[in-house]
Amino acid sequence: MDRLWRFHGGVHPEQNKTISTRQPVINAHLPRRLTLPLNQHIGEYAEAIVKPGDTVLKGQMIARATGYVSAPVHAPTSGTVVEVSEKPIPHPSGLSAPSIVIESDGVDRWIEHQPVADYTALDPSELRNIVREAGIVGLGGAGFPTFIKLNPGSNKSVKTLVLNGVECEPYITCDDMLMRERADEIVSGIRIMRHALRAEECIVALENNKPEAYEAMVSATKNEQEIFVRQVPTIYPEGSEKQLIQVLTGKEVPSNGLAINIGVVCQNVATAAAIHRAIHHGEPLISRFVTVTGDGVKDPRNMDVLIGTPMCELIEQCGGNADQLDRLIMGGPMMGFALHDTGLPVIKTTNCILAVTSAELPQARPVMPCIRCGACTDACPVNLLPQQLYWFAKHKELDKVQEFNLFDCIECGCCSYVCPSNIPLVQYYRFAKGEIWNREREKEKADLARQRFEFRNQRLEIEKAEREARRGKKKAALQTDSASGARDAAQAEIKAAMDRVQSKKNTGT
Amino acid sequence: MLTAVLALSLLGIVFGLLLGYGAIRFKVEGDPLVDQIDALLPQTQCGQCTYPGCRPYAQAIAKGEADINQCPPGGDTTIDALADLLDRDPKPLNPDNGIIKPKMVAIIDEPVCIGCTLCIQACPVDAILGAAKQMHTIIAEECTGCELCIPPCPVDCIDMIPIKKNVSSWKWPYPVYEIVEKPA
Repeated sequence: MDRLWRFHGGVHPEQNKTISTRQPVINAHLPRRLTLPLNQHIGEYAEAIVKPGDTVLKGQMIARATGYVSAPVHAPTSGTVVEVSEKPIPHPSGLSAPSIVIESDGVDRWIEHQPVADYTALDPSELRNIVREAGIVGLGGAGFPTFIKLNPGSNKSVKTLVLNGVECEPYITCDDMLMRERADEIVSGIRIMRHALRAEECIVALENNKPEAYEAMVSATKNEQEIFVRQVPTIYPEGSEKQLIQVLTGKEVPSNGLAINIGVVCQNVATAAAIHRAIHHGEPLISRFVTVTGDGVKDPRNMDVLIGTPMCELIEQCGGNADQLDRLIMGGPMMGFALHDTGLPVIKTTNCILAVTSAELPQARPVMPCIRCGACTDACPVNLLPQQLYWFAKHKELDKVQEFNLFDCIECGCCSYVCPSNIPLVQYYRFAKGEIWNREREKEKADLARQRFEFRNQRLEIEKAEREARRGKKKAALQTDSASGARDAAQAEIKAAMDRVQSKKNTGT
Repeated sequence: MLTAVLALSLLGIVFGLLLGYGAIRFKVEGDPLVDQIDALLPQTQCGQCTYPGCRPYAQAIAKGEADINQCPPGGDTTIDALADLLDRDPKPLNPDNGIIKPKMVAIIDEPVCIGCTLCIQACPVDAILGAAKQMHTIIAEECTGCELCIPPCPVDCIDMIPIKKNVSSWKWPYPVYEIVEKPA
């Protein structure tokens, strides 16, 4: 049980974590306007169920989940809905997405809470439903709807629930502070998840650079059965699900497989705390801990922030350093992305707002040609061949790049970090993945069009054949008529009429 | 001498029969090359290649009647893929067939539509919904952007609009930067 394994590669970037852990977590100010995108999670967009002019209470559902992989959105404070329209969202594209804008009334009045009295009396499916209705998604950064991960499937059993508090990315400390300050809530969340998953044991994992959080978690779990708190060596990207599972269990998640295939479910510590609040307090996911850090702010710290709060207000509360601020990054320096605007809202997956100066994190270092040194291969935590992937992606050889298991790449950025030529390797992999997905989408569309085109041609042919058949029938009917003498009868009738006219003429003269 | 001639003739006959049997037993229905070519075409069914649909064009390519650079909706991607499949050199799109345009989708200005059904008859993929003297509408997900519905419309109420970029269809761009031989 005490043994730890290790994964291939990994890097040791500068931590820069202590600058944001010196002060306790404070509540961010209540913003005047909150913007809530309807796609804060992986999966289908939520669908707005309020319209401009509606008044909403704190915690009220304002958009419902559509489809299975989806999550609802709730009002983070009481106020009035002023807009339901496309708004810019924090996304690498800088594009907009459907959002709900709420103007707060400053009262912050809650809906009536409906906590669960005894969750152990509930069936796992009922628990999952509460988690789903509370809009809880993975708070580590990916934003996958949590209730799905709480459903291992009827034929699979869960041996280990891994609680991920590793937080390996530089600068980010929101999980660290959550463990220090709300260890009890996390442990309560663990109990609920274990009940839902029927997990035999739970391992809370955190890096050994968080001694305070470790102490807090150990003291919170000392009366618990089968919950172990494990310190793991500090190495990036250990917080990645598959790498962490490998460190803790020595087992590798198979390529294209899920953690559940080897009997493990991995959840973030903040997700556990959110589940606790949903079950024991009846509170949906409307706020989260956010690290606001970097040299671009005077007073880096962690804050409890309502979802939808504009980032510029948080920067202001941390003593914005506007003259030196170069750019804002959502997430950390390794995997985060630069934001296009400071007024973008905090969403469910915003763990960190990194305000950097150009001296701290230069935009782009000069890129030189690849010298085939192989440093990227040594650093890759997934045992891929980054250099080969780079050549294939660069020349758009999409089949080849897939053959070299591009889709096992976790985009951790270790290869780019160690590259002596500063080649933006991960950008190439992201480009190649996007192209492959796009190609698949287009192929699907083409297949549908082909099917419809062929079906239409078939239908037209059938219609034509039917028309021909009808015409043939009519002709045949006409012919049989003449054979039976009907034609002669008609002729006789005409003749009789002509005779009548003739005789009339004759009598007239 | 005679033995050798007999042995070789016998071998010839045996293998000939074997090949003849194989050709009948494993006969391939249709032309697999046409299917392979058709799979690479964008299925817009627009007719810009001068053939009435993608499959007829694929048949013409297979027979050697048409060149591989006559498909404007497929653009360079399709030309490259066809060149790869047929082991030919890729060439630029033939401008006589049209120009490469961003992907579009048709939209009907519904108040103007008089319900004549002419566009419904023109649509190669049945992506227009409507009935005589009823307003028509386009099923955007099924529209291939072929523009065949535009000329028959007597009131000119169909427009082509570019497909809107959204977060789900967005993809990371190809990295563009300058390579320096030696950093300053």
